[in-house]
Amino acid sequence: MERTIAGVTIQVNEEGYLTDFSQWSKQVGNDLALEANITMSPRHWEVIDYIQTEFKNEVPLSIRKIGKSGVVDIKEFYQLFPMAPLKTASKIAGIPKPASCI
Amino acid sequence: MSDQNGDIKKMMIILSKATLENVYAAFVLANGARMEGIEAEMFFTFFGLEAIHKEKLEHLHIATVGNPAMHMPTLLGGLPGMEALATHMMKKEMERIDMPDVHEFLDILTASGVKLWACKLAMDMFHYKKEDLYDDVDGVITVGDFYKQGSGVGTHMLFI
Repeated sequence: MERTIAGVTIQVNEEGYLTDFSQWSKQVGNDLALEANITMSPRHWEVIDYIQTEFKNEVPLSIRKIGKSGVVDIKEFYQLFPMAPLKTASKIAGIPKPASCI
Repeated sequence: MSDQNGDIKKMMIILSKATLENVYAAFVLANGARMEGIEAEMFFTFFGLEAIHKEKLEHLHIATVGNPAMHMPTLLGGLPGMEALATHMMKKEMERIDMPDVHEFLDILTASGVKLWACKLAMDMFHYKKEDLYDDVDGVITVGDFYKQGSGVGTHMLFI
């Protein structure tokens, strides 16, 4: 489905995840974060950047991988994205919902 | 009508066994709850205590006897070394699917905000002391204390 955010039209699925990563911009990410009650800081962006790099390299995400990323530890990850961090961060990053159970 | 819409807010998971498959089931459920923004607390009772016992948690085994899903004759499952072999094979598979070992899983759970409680009665029964347990165990409590922790709308309890 289509929706407008940050002044642009993007394609999202029924859960609000972008279906076309090329439509993502930092402004789109910023406004998606606000919808999740998150105000983005430089630390948030470092994590989003890491997640997007992993996505581009086709590495599946998990909490364990985040913890071993060297970018952020699990505790801080939960502090930055308090509710459902992996899902929320993926949505902000413009990538599909992670399918991991760990 | 309350404004409660049936959402799960908190999972209270009771682990009473320390066979590897049960421990992992409990850990995955607790971690999975946190990943969905659901609170999670665990209560380790009876043999479940071994999953947070510093020395024992490194040596948990899967059950090869009394486990029909192993598709192994009971007599064969009871042979010396069979549990160790099955455990070794399962651990290899777990590493392949990026499943952490028990100690690392406990680190992940506590970093994710899962509370870990040891059952006082079982601690007394096994003569364990708080110092015997994984460092980040939140405390040794009674069943009543655990129920109190779970009070509130949207709490679910699970016995493993």
